[in-house]
Amino acid sequence: MKDKTTTSDTASSRPTPAARGGRPRRRKLTFDRVTFFLAFLGLPLAIFVVFVLYPFGQAIFWAMTNWRGFSPNYDFVGLDNFTKMFQDDVFLKALRNVALLAAFVPLVTLTLALGVAVAITLGGPSKGPVRGIKGASFYRIVSFFPYVVPAIIVGLIWAQMYDPNAGLVNGILTSLGLDHFKEFAWLGEQATAMPALMFVIVWGLVGFYAVLFIAAIKGVPAELYEAARIDGAGRFRMTISVTLPAIRDSVQTAYVYLGIAALDAFVYVQAMLPNGGPNNSTLTISQRLFNIAFAKQQFGLATAMGVVLAVVTLVFAALVFAINRLTGGGESEGGKKARGSKARRAGAMGGAQ
Amino acid sequence: MSVIAADRKQASEQKRASDQKLTRAVAGSDRRFAVIAHGLLILWSVIVILPMLWVLVSSFKTTKEILSSPFALPDHWQFDNYTRAWSDASIGKYFLNSVIVVVCALVLVMLLGAMCAYILARFQFPGRRLIYYVMLAGLTFPVFLAIVPLFFQLQNFGLLNTRPGLILTYVAFALPFTMFFLYAFFRSLPHDVYEAALIDGAGDWRAFFQVMLPMARPGMAAVAIFNFLGLWNQFLLPVALNTDQNKWVLTQGMAAYASSQAYGIDYGALFAAIVVTVVPVLIVYIIFQRRIAGSVSQGTFR
Repeated sequence: MKDKTTTSDTASSRPTPAARGGRPRRRKLTFDRVTFFLAFLGLPLAIFVVFVLYPFGQAIFWAMTNWRGFSPNYDFVGLDNFTKMFQDDVFLKALRNVALLAAFVPLVTLTLALGVAVAITLGGPSKGPVRGIKGASFYRIVSFFPYVVPAIIVGLIWAQMYDPNAGLVNGILTSLGLDHFKEFAWLGEQATAMPALMFVIVWGLVGFYAVLFIAAIKGVPAELYEAARIDGAGRFRMTISVTLPAIRDSVQTAYVYLGIAALDAFVYVQAMLPNGGPNNSTLTISQRLFNIAFAKQQFGLATAMGVVLAVVTLVFAALVFAINRLTGGGESEGGKKARGSKARRAGAMGGAQ
Repeated sequence: MSVIAADRKQASEQKRASDQKLTRAVAGSDRRFAVIAHGLLILWSVIVILPMLWVLVSSFKTTKEILSSPFALPDHWQFDNYTRAWSDASIGKYFLNSVIVVVCALVLVMLLGAMCAYILARFQFPGRRLIYYVMLAGLTFPVFLAIVPLFFQLQNFGLLNTRPGLILTYVAFALPFTMFFLYAFFRSLPHDVYEAALIDGAGDWRAFFQVMLPMARPGMAAVAIFNFLGLWNQFLLPVALNTDQNKWVLTQGMAAYASSQAYGIDYGALFAAIVVTVVPVLIVYIIFQRRIAGSVSQGTFR
């Protein structure tokens, strides 16, 4: 593992092959080379364009039509879909719910993930260099568990946990003497449905970000900790003054991707609250979009909702970056750092979502 | 000679003394920190493990037992919950579908992603940067925006509700992540071996498959693990694009089974179905968990 990390470290600062005067030389366009390029670049690009780029492009056009999908006819209606959408109380409620999710889920998840990561990496004995807590690998394995379980199953498990009669949550609460919760429907009450949903999303995601932060904290130079210690800093102080500033960009990236995940939240709500929750209190844009598209066949309106979701996502990302920049973080060191943070961004996606 | 040795000894003694002083100064707060850390981690572990343990135990109970006493162990361990789940929920069939779709998509996306990353990372040609950034942008768009057009795109190709259609869609959406991750990897590979291969008369094709690809194996393994988790857990794409019940994958089969349960509740079988779905992935995870932790640090924070 170790030497790999160092070799890829040097990669970003290494001059391009052409700049070093080595490969690639201009060689003749042989048959071999042409087929090579066609297959190696053409094939992946074709798939990407046909199944990703082109649908995204089409979406923006269809958002301005009243197309219903199965008839070939449609009219261009301009921004009508958007005005219709913003007069629709149900959609506005979904928009509000999604804003709530994007505000709280990343905050809680990242606070917990940081807590877990710091506890695991810095909680060790005070003799010798700063090192991990006893049983670190056990805690690491356990906290990553929920991320391995398919999100739909996470939702199903918690739907059962919250069950008013047979669920474990009420079972524990009543056995603690809180009889008020005997048949309390966590997902059926307007006041608790949203927090209960948020808790499940957090439960499912904390482990992944904890592991991400553990990796980031391990990348902080040990001398920084030694220096802080010579200055008499305790572990808590070290966390605030050394760890957090050092992994700031990782936190920002994680924040953006968690926000995107929370804005969508489709899998979780479909598993736990397929009908939008009590009085639509947990309805999300994605759920509404799916319903409008595939149950009501209003494809034009549905893609317009998709456009709004995309815009909300972009605004959210821009907000996070702006806040980070304003509070003194951000990318001021130019190209090299930007490339690193992009790699991190890809990593924070955690695969093919 | 002896002077130097004495000096050294003195220095090391001084160092030890100062270390001890420091240790005493922060030891108290360190101990408090360790206690809080252990407390937090134990609490979190319980919150993670308890639901899973409960599901496991409940999967052996009768529905009546589950309803009356959520805590108790079952009187008789009901193994027929599992047979019911296997036959009623068609878990076996969906499992097989998931394996087919995910394995095909994984192999394809790893191959295509590696090829694309290799070209972009090691060849200079006009448009290289543009392609790179367009794919990067593809990583950030919400899939929901594309889902409706994608539905009709697949319909036009006659690929709607087919396994190849689902596989291609999986590949397309996993491609940017794969390409991006491997791009950094291919850039870091040494040139000498490649040059040697060319001098020995290998063409571009052979140089890639026999020299470069084997060298990229560690990077490929890391990406493959994350792609596997992502594709195995995929829900939206199959639900929208794969509505033929015979071709359902595990996630959508489980969702449908759970919602059909709302009418005639067979909790025991539902819990058993959940266990059957989760256990294989957990086992794979425990075997590969070191690799996952390694790949996170390697791929994301360079």
